[in-house]
Amino acid sequence: MDVLERGSGEFFATHDPEEARQFFLQKDKSLVAKVMTVKEAVERFVQDSDYIAIGGFGANRVPVAICHEILRQGRKNLGFLGHTSTHDFQILCAGEAIDRCDIAYIIGLEARGLSPNARRYMESGRVRVTENSNYTLSMRIKAAAMGVPFLVSRNLMGSDTFAKSASAVVTCPFTGHRVVLHPAIYPDVAAIHVHEADVYGNCRLRGITVSDLDLARAAKRLIITAERLLPAEEIRRDPSLTAIPYYLVDAVCEVPYGSYPGCMPYEYFSDEPHLREWLEAEEDPERLRAFLERTIYSVSDFSEYIERQGGIARMMELRRMELLIGQEGCQDG
Amino acid sequence: MADYNIMELMICAASRLLEDRSTISVGTGAPCAAAMLAQKTHAPNLVIFFEAGGVAPILPLMPISVGDSRTFYRGVMASGMCDIMETCQRGLVDYCFLGGAQIDRYGNLNSTVIGSHEHPKVRFPGSGGANDFASYCWRTMVITPQDRRRFTDRIDFITSPGYLSGGDSRERSGLPAGSGPYRVITNMAIMDFEESSKRMRVISLHPGYRLEDVQANCGFELLQADRIEETPRPAPQQLQILRTRVDPDRYIIGRG
Repeated sequence: MDVLERGSGEFFATHDPEEARQFFLQKDKSLVAKVMTVKEAVERFVQDSDYIAIGGFGANRVPVAICHEILRQGRKNLGFLGHTSTHDFQILCAGEAIDRCDIAYIIGLEARGLSPNARRYMESGRVRVTENSNYTLSMRIKAAAMGVPFLVSRNLMGSDTFAKSASAVVTCPFTGHRVVLHPAIYPDVAAIHVHEADVYGNCRLRGITVSDLDLARAAKRLIITAERLLPAEEIRRDPSLTAIPYYLVDAVCEVPYGSYPGCMPYEYFSDEPHLREWLEAEEDPERLRAFLERTIYSVSDFSEYIERQGGIARMMELRRMELLIGQEGCQDG
Repeated sequence: MADYNIMELMICAASRLLEDRSTISVGTGAPCAAAMLAQKTHAPNLVIFFEAGGVAPILPLMPISVGDSRTFYRGVMASGMCDIMETCQRGLVDYCFLGGAQIDRYGNLNSTVIGSHEHPKVRFPGSGGANDFASYCWRTMVITPQDRRRFTDRIDFITSPGYLSGGDSRERSGLPAGSGPYRVITNMAIMDFEESSKRMRVISLHPGYRLEDVQANCGFELLQADRIEETPRPAPQQLQILRTRVDPDRYIIGRG
């Protein structure tokens, strides 16, 4: 297969499956309890310069507590996998934690608008970037999860997204068509928020899975935050519900409301006023500093953050919104 | 005096293009409103896909994110990114709706940077799923306001492919044959793409707009169809459903 065209984008993380196999060879796969605090998980498993991926999609089922803790511990020079990242990216930019990024979607918060601070940060020239599309990043993660060096598809070709990607166009040996190859990407560490986990890290999640099943398998180290812990016996009662098995997992942190202020399917909807408050605070760097001090740096842990944001009363409101209670009229198609 | 605003007209015009039983992938905002409106009027069997994994939801309220829980509410499946994009890649998805900061005469879209990629004047979010949808869906539709800055002859960055440099260049690049931009719906007109050159062409003018207005707000020369229609005004039933059941809080139509 001759390479016809090659994007100019850089590799920011391991892409060679041989290197990954050596890592996975020495990874501890024993069935041991891994429950710890978010603080301990970040101390042990997120290092400066690591390439990190955050699970979920947009502000939906995202491990917000891990992002806050990365700021509190002052992690720097992280590489970031920007696979429709919104509030997570906004937090990490606020902490100036990133210096290289695989971009599919960053800066924006979808229908809510663009993050002024993330935009300033990305326009400052301090972050090296490689362009991707969402599906390209999904395939790069899947290739890593499969243990192969690349996957093939028919997107990107002809665009500048390709020109600035790490992908390559080749001739298909079977059809003669031009196709594009996307290199595997093995994040040093990933954090994924799930509905339920046991102490060993066997996880259940509900709703859309985005790319998280592959991400859990591609990441060298994996931190799970869970809405609640389950007895291990419950996992063994019905293993068909397990989405992520324990031997991929390095840390299990029980974090109720852990996707707040994002949405958690079947649990609570996003807190739109608080997300607006973020966007407003970001308009002015001074105001942002004070806002971050109040919402992250002076807060000891995620439950204190939830308390400061209105505690159980606010969470009940968001749960009713998620379950459409009081909005029954809108459910008739 | 019109009893509708321009955003309402754009959404109603886009909605009308979606046949019942067709398949579509949408994002948030006006495209989602158009799909919801179609679902609640003439196209109850419209199959809506969301890139993060939502399949065929009965949308109760306007999603805020293409991955929030409303995107699979009463759906038939809560899936994932690869499954949705591969469904598009296999050729099962008829339509997608996209937007961008810039569009050129061949329907190429920019949602990445203004200025150079290395030193951007303005950084935008990037492709997200847009390049994938533009590559794979049979018919790409664009809803966007029209001005000379946005409709440009010199696009700074092709995030998502239209007909590239026109003619058969799209197919030659390796993208699936027979796919590509289909309609561009602006605040003034509806455009398609001329069959052989693949250049943007005016086919319908909204009530109150003249061809000169459309050309004056476009940075490249537009082709004209032999017969230019007048875009139908929104039907009273469309407006009523749009205002009461699609966007009661006026998130989208309030911008019109």
